[in-house]
Amino acid sequence: MDALDQFLKTFFDWQAIGEVIPQMLTVGLPNTLILAVSSAILGCILGLVLAVMGISRNPVLRWISRVYTDIFRGLPAILVIVVIGIGLGPILRQLTGITNPFPLAILALTLMAGAYIGEIFRSGIQSVDKGQLEASRALGFGYGQAMLLVVIPQGIRRVLPALVNQLIALIKDSSLIYLLGVTAGQRELYRVSNDYAANSGSLSPLIAAGLLYLILTVPLTHLVNFMDKRLREGKAARAEPDEAAALVGKGA
Amino acid sequence: MSEFKSGSLTASNIHLAFGTNKVLRGIDMHVPQGTTASVIGPSGSGKSTLLRVMNRLIEPDQGDIALDGRSVLQDNPDELRRRIGMVFQQFNLFPHKTVVQNVSLALHKIRKMPKDQAHAKALEQLELVGLKHKADSRPFNLSGGQQQRVAIARALAMEPEVMFFDEATSALDPELVKGVLALMTDLSKGGMTMVVVTHEMGFCRNVSDTVTFMDDGVVVETGSPLELFSEPKTQRLRGFLSDVL
Repeated sequence: MDALDQFLKTFFDWQAIGEVIPQMLTVGLPNTLILAVSSAILGCILGLVLAVMGISRNPVLRWISRVYTDIFRGLPAILVIVVIGIGLGPILRQLTGITNPFPLAILALTLMAGAYIGEIFRSGIQSVDKGQLEASRALGFGYGQAMLLVVIPQGIRRVLPALVNQLIALIKDSSLIYLLGVTAGQRELYRVSNDYAANSGSLSPLIAAGLLYLILTVPLTHLVNFMDKRLREGKAARAEPDEAAALVGKGA
Repeated sequence: MSEFKSGSLTASNIHLAFGTNKVLRGIDMHVPQGTTASVIGPSGSGKSTLLRVMNRLIEPDQGDIALDGRSVLQDNPDELRRRIGMVFQQFNLFPHKTVVQNVSLALHKIRKMPKDQAHAKALEQLELVGLKHKADSRPFNLSGGQQQRVAIARALAMEPEVMFFDEATSALDPELVKGVLALMTDLSKGGMTMVVVTHEMGFCRNVSDTVTFMDDGVVVETGSPLELFSEPKTQRLRGFLSDVL
């Protein structure tokens, strides 16, 4: 029974969990969301710029987009956050007096998310039928307006599930900010629970944090599946009743 | 059908090559105001490419295009395309917009009409093609024939001087072709200047004023439907007609 007690005390120490939960909800959760959501939004903007550059007719823009994407997709998140957060920290402090690690952490997360999101957007935009651009141009839209009003909105719609996946990745990667050193009020979910774990000698706070991460990410995963299904079946439900009847008639 | 402010269209000595592949080799074509010109020919003969060159979706290597007798090659190509409506084989409606938005988008964004005015005008155009009741549907909820009629309404809303039809009925199920051809016939009778690339020999013969037979990037024969269908002069046209009729 000692082993079982040891196990329960390590992972399911309810007292430790009860103590950490308020801190996690009031400090950790908001900070995690600030980091993830702001870098998701900025990453989308950067990604859209990279995607438009990536399909541009200008080879220099295409090359810049390509090289950027290769670099930031190919590096581990922990390396980018440490290099940018610790490397640029003193410079930012000298220039602006800001000591908060959030701006640089968001910058690092954005730079990486932008590379992934750029590829997502690019594949979405390129999957839009060429006839859409042609029809827009035939109506008299210029290239930019045709892309902006017709092609890009369709491309983005198709890759919404992949974008939500990126948001999930950002929620998880935001935990790496603890490497930059944070004050008590700047701790996100992981750091809050890690501090409690260190104090209590039990891993239970981390289990609690894990549950909170799952409460955030699992619904998003299901949202992805739901959107995926709707995007696919929305296309299948095409034929009108009279047309469907006509098809049946033809098959006979 | 209402009156159209249609114009004449002239293409002279159009040349176009994709790399070493010479797609158009000196095309001349004149479509007088208010007439319908059908363009026929085997696939790969350059018919669809000719349409795209005449509204400068593809720029010709050589030659001239004139609308109402004035060369348009120096104009902004976007300006030119606003004066020429085009209908595609695959309809190319915007799937992320409703039917009425498909028609009003260019009115609002290009013609700079206020939104409600563009919407009202779009509804009028939809009524003309008999689809006002589908205004708030999405294109994929319409049959192919209905989608093509919306595409025609979308082009007409811009009050074009010339309409291009690129195999507008080729992708339709047989039972849906009729409605679209009837609409095209109405436009033709209403005085629209039209260039119709088609495999519908009935439409060619009964509706168009002139028929142009293209093969291998050149105009082989051109004339009235009667001349081309009853007395084809060349072996190539005779061969083509015996294949399709």
